[in-house]
Amino acid sequence: MSFWFWHGLKKGVRSTHYPRKFESAAGVSPGRPVATEFDSATEAVLAAANCPVDAIVARGSAAEVKLERCIYCQHCHYGNPHLLEWNSDYEWTMAALGPGKYQPLPGAYHRSLHVMVVDAGDCGACLHEVKQLNNPLYNMHRLGIFLTATPRFADVLLVVGPVSENMRVPLLKTYEAMPTPKRILAVGACAINGGVFGRAFMSAGGAASVLPVDLLVPGDPPPPLAILHALLAVTGRKNPVAQMASLEGNS
Amino acid sequence: MPAMGASPLMPFQRIELDGVAAAVQEQFGSGISLERGSRGVVLAIHLKEPNVLADLSKALFWDVGCSFGGLIVEEHADRWRLCYLFLARGSGWVEVVLEVPATVQAVPSISAGVHAADWFEREAEDLFGLRFEGHPRLGDFILHDQIWPEGVAPHRKPQRKSVNVHQMQFRRRPNPDWRPLLVVQDPGSFAMPVGPVYEGGIGESLHFMLETVGEDVLRAVPRLFYKFRAVEKIAEGQGVSDVLLLAERFAATSSFAHSLAFSLAVERICSLEVPKRATNLRVLLAELERLRHHAGAITGICESTALAVAASQAAIIEEELLRASCKFAGHRYLFGLNTPGGLRRDFVSRDFETLIGAVDRAIEDLRELEDRLHFTSSFLDRLEDVGVVDPSKARDLNLVGPVGRASGRGHDLRRECPYGGYDSYTFETPREAEGDGYARLRVLFQEAYASAGLIHQSIERMEPGPVVALCESFIPGAALGWAEAPIGAALHWIRLDESGIVERYRAITPSFNNWLGFHAAVEDFAFQDFPIILATFGLSATECDR
Repeated sequence: MSFWFWHGLKKGVRSTHYPRKFESAAGVSPGRPVATEFDSATEAVLAAANCPVDAIVARGSAAEVKLERCIYCQHCHYGNPHLLEWNSDYEWTMAALGPGKYQPLPGAYHRSLHVMVVDAGDCGACLHEVKQLNNPLYNMHRLGIFLTATPRFADVLLVVGPVSENMRVPLLKTYEAMPTPKRILAVGACAINGGVFGRAFMSAGGAASVLPVDLLVPGDPPPPLAILHALLAVTGRKNPVAQMASLEGNS
Repeated sequence: MPAMGASPLMPFQRIELDGVAAAVQEQFGSGISLERGSRGVVLAIHLKEPNVLADLSKALFWDVGCSFGGLIVEEHADRWRLCYLFLARGSGWVEVVLEVPATVQAVPSISAGVHAADWFEREAEDLFGLRFEGHPRLGDFILHDQIWPEGVAPHRKPQRKSVNVHQMQFRRRPNPDWRPLLVVQDPGSFAMPVGPVYEGGIGESLHFMLETVGEDVLRAVPRLFYKFRAVEKIAEGQGVSDVLLLAERFAATSSFAHSLAFSLAVERICSLEVPKRATNLRVLLAELERLRHHAGAITGICESTALAVAASQAAIIEEELLRASCKFAGHRYLFGLNTPGGLRRDFVSRDFETLIGAVDRAIEDLRELEDRLHFTSSFLDRLEDVGVVDPSKARDLNLVGPVGRASGRGHDLRRECPYGGYDSYTFETPREAEGDGYARLRVLFQEAYASAGLIHQSIERMEPGPVVALCESFIPGAALGWAEAPIGAALHWIRLDESGIVERYRAITPSFNNWLGFHAAVEDFAFQDFPIILATFGLSATECDR
């Protein structure tokens, strides 16, 4: 059995240096569409028409992006004329109530943050990406962030999925069982506004319709580092970015 | 029931269509009419009377040897159309069609003869309010009884066109006194609830009652559909491109396979010829997804046995494959690639070189990991003889995918019912006879290697050319599309109207099939084996729930 020990040592330390340094390995993030200037207003309107979920809004000759609605269908990335520019970052957590309206958890939580994840009808991708944070390449333990199995120990409720009807009660019970202060993260397009499922008879259309959400992590799914950025933002070690539109505008 | 014989690994036997036709004609001649099938189905058996249904299904499943595909219920203005799918190995899909007037509220159940149909009937009863006579346990399946009152049938078409189920206010009456059904009744026996939120939420939402008399758990039946989002109902009335987004996003860990099966169905409706290059690229992407999925499943198995170094190394392999997918196709879970008619984008040869490098590295690391796992006795002790499903049970419960193949089933749609150009590829479908956790692990490793081989083949035969054939018009009608998803056989069936609007969409998923058979693996086991059995099955709740 000692060969496992040797095997592990031989492979060396693989963890990212994020947040100390920006992680730039290829494929850590699918990137995101960004506001793009076109030659004419018509082209901007055509670019916006490419988007099946109205995440692109034409304003003059520019096409602006409401990232919280984006479901990563990539229709604005390739295949069509009038494509948007994409950048390859992953720091895109937003405050749910608008820029500057988020109060981070106090300093005592900086190196000891316990996260409770609730799968409220997720497609498996966001959940999978949260799970990846525990693998050696991201290793969120080194930052003092831990997953916890019980809501009694949890400081952060991380919701994935559009909140299916059958998960509404378990989700609320988990929330109520958590001590205060607590923060709620809506991770992924589905948890933000229902994503492709929207509001339907079995889908509440996002965590915000059930719980007071604090931070939004857009993406379908957001890559692990985007979720890590959000968890760092919970305690104020990183700042949420400015948002394109308010959450009320989505529903 | 035929005995499985001494060697459970029987060679691949083709079921000839003429043989199927002759067998049912002889036995049920007057009650049925045979027709050549179309759009994905090779033979349609129309029933004149409902009362031959149960015997006919039983004969097809047990005497002819077909596997069960699933049940598609469709509500028309004047009638119900029930379509039972059977797979004649090597020949194609056979459908048994029963049409009854809309006023009929009960049809015969086939579950007594074909056990694999059990959940399909329960699902149809919950969502359509159609009763299956002779079924021993209907109700409390998808619409959980602690929330939903009886008599709600949300998938039925509303009486008036203006009524939309998504805006309807159902009279939901949460019942705090609801308790799950327990079978073990013994002094001192108790049930340990697991879920729906457990493992710190990293486990998918589902619920088990582990019924125990102390050390040993006697049975554990999964209670699913916490994640039910009614994908099939949301799809109704939407255009094909919107439903494609849904098909891609209800089960992300096998999203490419599902979007592929959906696209194949649409292509059958529109009679689209997919360009050669797109066919090859689809094989490449589907196998890349399988490889990544299996690396993830292996990570899960190592984690469940608390073998930390192996779990970490397997997790690195998986993450590297996710990154390679993202670098290659722009998305870590391969979203946004499939479209009816081909693919939405093309790749250049430099992309292939980078990808093949990453795949080869992953395979090298997987082989190294497998070698070490084979020599870790504490690990093997936890897997061997754990969660055994013997071949006869696997056949009975119609297990599909790697789980079925570890129990001696040869069920692999890439070989038994080739689609998307797979018939021109050479690859192994690994099979094991033991049906325990270790057999399932070996199958996962072998399939991962086979997938890498297929990726190589597909790149070698890549020819320049277009990657998409455009769909000019929709011909109203229904078609079946299928794909071997990483977990097993995925079937997507749609009916379109003349303007390309989806009238009914049905997704039959491998996880649904295998969760039904999961209870066979969890009979009389020790508590600490439960996470291991779950991990070796590697099923997805979201794929089952839809």
